[in-house]
Amino acid sequence: MQVPSHVEYEKAKSVEHALELLTRFGPEARVLAGGHSLIPMMKLRLAQPETLIDINGISGLSRITVADGELRIGALVRHGQLLASAVAAGHFPVLRDAEQVIADPIVRNWGTIGGSLCQADPSEDLSAAFGALRAIAVIQGRDGSRRVPVREFHLGPYETVVAPAELLTELRVPIAGDGSGSAYEKVSRRVGDWSIAAAGAVLTLSSDGTVTEAGIGLAAVGAGHFVSTAAEDFLRGQPATDAVFGQAGQVAAEHCQPAADQRGPVDYKRHLTGELTTRALRRAAIRVRARAGGQTV
Amino acid sequence: MSTAEPDPPLGYGSMRRKEDTRFIRGQGSFIDDIKLGGMLHGAVLRSPYAHARIQSIDVSAAQAHPRVRAVITGETLATRDLAWMPTLAGDTQAVLATDKVRFQGQEVAFVVADDRYAARDALELIDVEYEPLPTVMDARQALDPDAPVVRDDLGASNHIFDWESGDAARTDEIFAAADVTIAEDLLYPRVHPAPLETCGAIADFDPISGKLTVWSTSQAPHPHRLLYSMVAGVPEHKIRVISPDIGGGFGNKVPLYPGYLCAIVGSMITGRPVKWIEDRSENLMSTSFARDYHMHGEIAATRDGKILAVRVRVLADHGAFNGAAQPTKFPAGFFGVFTGSYDLQAAHCQVTGVYTNKAPGGVAYSCSFRITEAVYLVERMVDMLAFELDADAAELRMQNLLRPDQFPYTCATGWVYDSGDYTSTLQLALDKADYTGLRQEQAAGRERGELMGIGISFFTEAVGAGPRKHMDIMGLGMADGVELRVNPGGTAVLRIAVQTQGQGHETTFAQIVAEELGIPPDRIEVVHGDTDQTPFGLGTYGSRSTPVSGAATAVAARRIRDKARVVAAAMLEVATGDLEWEKGRWYVRGDPDQGRSIAEIALAAHSDLELPAGVEGQLDASCVYNPPNLTYPCGAYVCVVDVDPGTGKVEVRRFVAVDDCGVRINPMIVEGQIHGGLADGIGMALMEVIAYDTQGNCLGGSFMDYLLPTAVECPSWELGETVTPSPHHPIGAKGVGESATVGSPPAVVNAVIDALRPFGVRHADMPLTPAQVWRATQGRPLRTDLAQS
Repeated sequence: MQVPSHVEYEKAKSVEHALELLTRFGPEARVLAGGHSLIPMMKLRLAQPETLIDINGISGLSRITVADGELRIGALVRHGQLLASAVAAGHFPVLRDAEQVIADPIVRNWGTIGGSLCQADPSEDLSAAFGALRAIAVIQGRDGSRRVPVREFHLGPYETVVAPAELLTELRVPIAGDGSGSAYEKVSRRVGDWSIAAAGAVLTLSSDGTVTEAGIGLAAVGAGHFVSTAAEDFLRGQPATDAVFGQAGQVAAEHCQPAADQRGPVDYKRHLTGELTTRALRRAAIRVRARAGGQTV
Repeated sequence: MSTAEPDPPLGYGSMRRKEDTRFIRGQGSFIDDIKLGGMLHGAVLRSPYAHARIQSIDVSAAQAHPRVRAVITGETLATRDLAWMPTLAGDTQAVLATDKVRFQGQEVAFVVADDRYAARDALELIDVEYEPLPTVMDARQALDPDAPVVRDDLGASNHIFDWESGDAARTDEIFAAADVTIAEDLLYPRVHPAPLETCGAIADFDPISGKLTVWSTSQAPHPHRLLYSMVAGVPEHKIRVISPDIGGGFGNKVPLYPGYLCAIVGSMITGRPVKWIEDRSENLMSTSFARDYHMHGEIAATRDGKILAVRVRVLADHGAFNGAAQPTKFPAGFFGVFTGSYDLQAAHCQVTGVYTNKAPGGVAYSCSFRITEAVYLVERMVDMLAFELDADAAELRMQNLLRPDQFPYTCATGWVYDSGDYTSTLQLALDKADYTGLRQEQAAGRERGELMGIGISFFTEAVGAGPRKHMDIMGLGMADGVELRVNPGGTAVLRIAVQTQGQGHETTFAQIVAEELGIPPDRIEVVHGDTDQTPFGLGTYGSRSTPVSGAATAVAARRIRDKARVVAAAMLEVATGDLEWEKGRWYVRGDPDQGRSIAEIALAAHSDLELPAGVEGQLDASCVYNPPNLTYPCGAYVCVVDVDPGTGKVEVRRFVAVDDCGVRINPMIVEGQIHGGLADGIGMALMEVIAYDTQGNCLGGSFMDYLLPTAVECPSWELGETVTPSPHHPIGAKGVGESATVGSPPAVVNAVIDALRPFGVRHADMPLTPAQVWRATQGRPLRTDLAQS
């Protein structure tokens, strides 16, 4: 039976308390949110933190709100909560698309948005989705908070800019105008498995159908900061046609760095990146047009 | 609103499982639920290397841990002559490694501590110095002259055995003269049964009485008792093996594992009960895997589609120790039934077993002793023939299936198929699926670029090992005993040698007695899984419970019925010849009111009633059933898939399964077993595999890496049945527990390959992951058992 090694446990009552505990217990302490990555890693003894600081009792981090032209998602919002949020899906269908294919209902009921980003798994879907959305991470320290673009949040696999005595408290996404739409596409070997590859697309189109801004997020294929700036650069100023989306997929495929594993060899992952980027763009464009026509797709 | 549960049948028929009363309340008693006073906990230190010489093992720090009671190494065991143990295949296997480790995850040391946390902590305090050695991970390179030798304790080669079956010369002649011959390499990759309950044991040795009690996750308590006796030196009558509720076996719990023996030694050393429970990764990485068959298949036919012969060469990867669990005279199991369901003129197979630096095993995962591999081979080859001839896969099978008048049928490798009506079974499946309609839909879809596939498999199994003359395991003939006793009050106790792991024995076996004696199933207690309480028998695997122990039960019940007749005759003061039986009672012919129920007879049999000379009182009987032949269930499966052309992702849209397992005792249980097996098939065909990289790292060592199918991947099963009773079984039943696991993988694979027809794909190996499907469409299918690059 898998059992973790000895660990101390502290329950944080507030963000300030959590920061105080993090300071007191130092870099060998780990924040426990949903625990769906941390606890299995502890049971396998791949992670052996000295102290767990449980933040699940902190109130105020579990809200999804709109304020100052931003969608704000608390770090303790559960996947299931984001999946069910009409506000989030109304503004950014990419989030609902992604949540629908993250893990399984049991994980989604308890796993958190903040935990997913901080775990910084290279296959994490929300990193790609928020990357495509150009979201902002709000990170709280004892001396105040700072705002870090999600595109600068990850330092590498399982590594983020959040310092040992800091806490990610919120994700903020600037709300775009009517000409925008988004979508997420993922293929995995089986439901609940990590992506073989996944692509999120966020499109802003002018009234004549030209791409004025694009966000392309990629998971599991070694894209720097989970985005394809090359594909985004290619798309800006192009007409939003299937042919262009196909080419954008090719650009995304060429510029990612997938690693082979049992989910697939490099050539397939590259192919899939292109295919899914193209599909996400098409769906995002359909949503832009539907929105202009007053529909939801 | 509540629906009243109908009365259980007085015999055969669907009824809810008696054992579920405790399972659905969470009141089952599995190995890890059992707690004994003073019990200690064990944990196994395992090798991180696939092949390495052990230079030294320093256990001093672990021994100094305040909560550690014992640290056992191969050296400790060697002093008791226990460092190696026999395997069921007649090989030896290291209990704890002494000289070198031969696969990643091999057992190196065992810690006994006050609790499982301390035991696990202490593993990290053991310092083992390894000298890594070159590995042999690819069976296809195991016999190369410069291949590293895995078993230098045995010889200078990785060769284990050569075995053949069929008439080579005749087969070669037919191939030489045939219009059409097709050859293909097929890999049935290494998969794992992955029972949701991992393996474990509690050993309790009483030094005063000399009695050893072992609770363990065992599919075969009686053979295990003999093995413990041989290995641990405790006489059999002083060993009690108890197999409590088991959370799935699928063949994984047939072999003896080092952890069981370590728990025993731990108990002998500490004088206290020792529990050892494997974790998930240990189960996946070290216990009995299945398959790993590298097959070169060939099929010969006439131009107009008459199949003439099948020929196959197999390289069988057995891992580091030959730990396959199968009848001893059959080193390739029952692979000889690769002749399938067709009327062949000749067939020949040649199997070579090799050692590699992988975990031992090979026969597990509901494989019916390698019939899984055999059926996959022949059903893929038939589809390839259809591909080459541009023939319809269903029509080609119809043309070649055995006809009812050919049974009993001796196949080209000598197996005697008992009964079947194959064409009716296939026709029913095709009708249920609306095969013609599906083909029309497929043709229309192809015009639009859609990739829809229809796959068929027809399987014949040979289960119920087996006739003692031919089949034994380590010299133990494969016959099973039962003991049946009707109590004075008319209830009954049936003691069986087979052990349920979820099959529903407590219900099915009670129904067999109910059918024969007319005692309601809920008044019959079925006792199993305890060597002190049950007669000897070989255990539950290879779909043998109903064919062997079920037959024994029916025979014993009939013996009781005969004895009851004598008692009834004495009660009614008539001759036995004047009595007629109706379910549950003997009555006087011509005077039905004059009769005695089985309950009345039971009471009388225990009373002062005077019985004829030579007739003993009471109402009990036993039987040791030596099956005259195996039983041969069959089935026709139709699978419909949709493949995404852009991603290679397969979705199983429909699955029609028509099974013929002879007489069905409890149709609901049969259907449940079929549902499980079909899910297995989807798993193996689409996602399950244990691959290794060149260093020998196991790439399927957790449920994140080893994917089991979920309800999402499974369609709503569409089942059907035909019933052809076995003439070689007292109630006409055939085994069914593994039928769907055996029969479904080729149906899924055939469907996917059929979908890829526009790409000209003739074959790709399992699992057909999105990557594999896409690579197949590119003409470059993957070697799925190796690390991807």
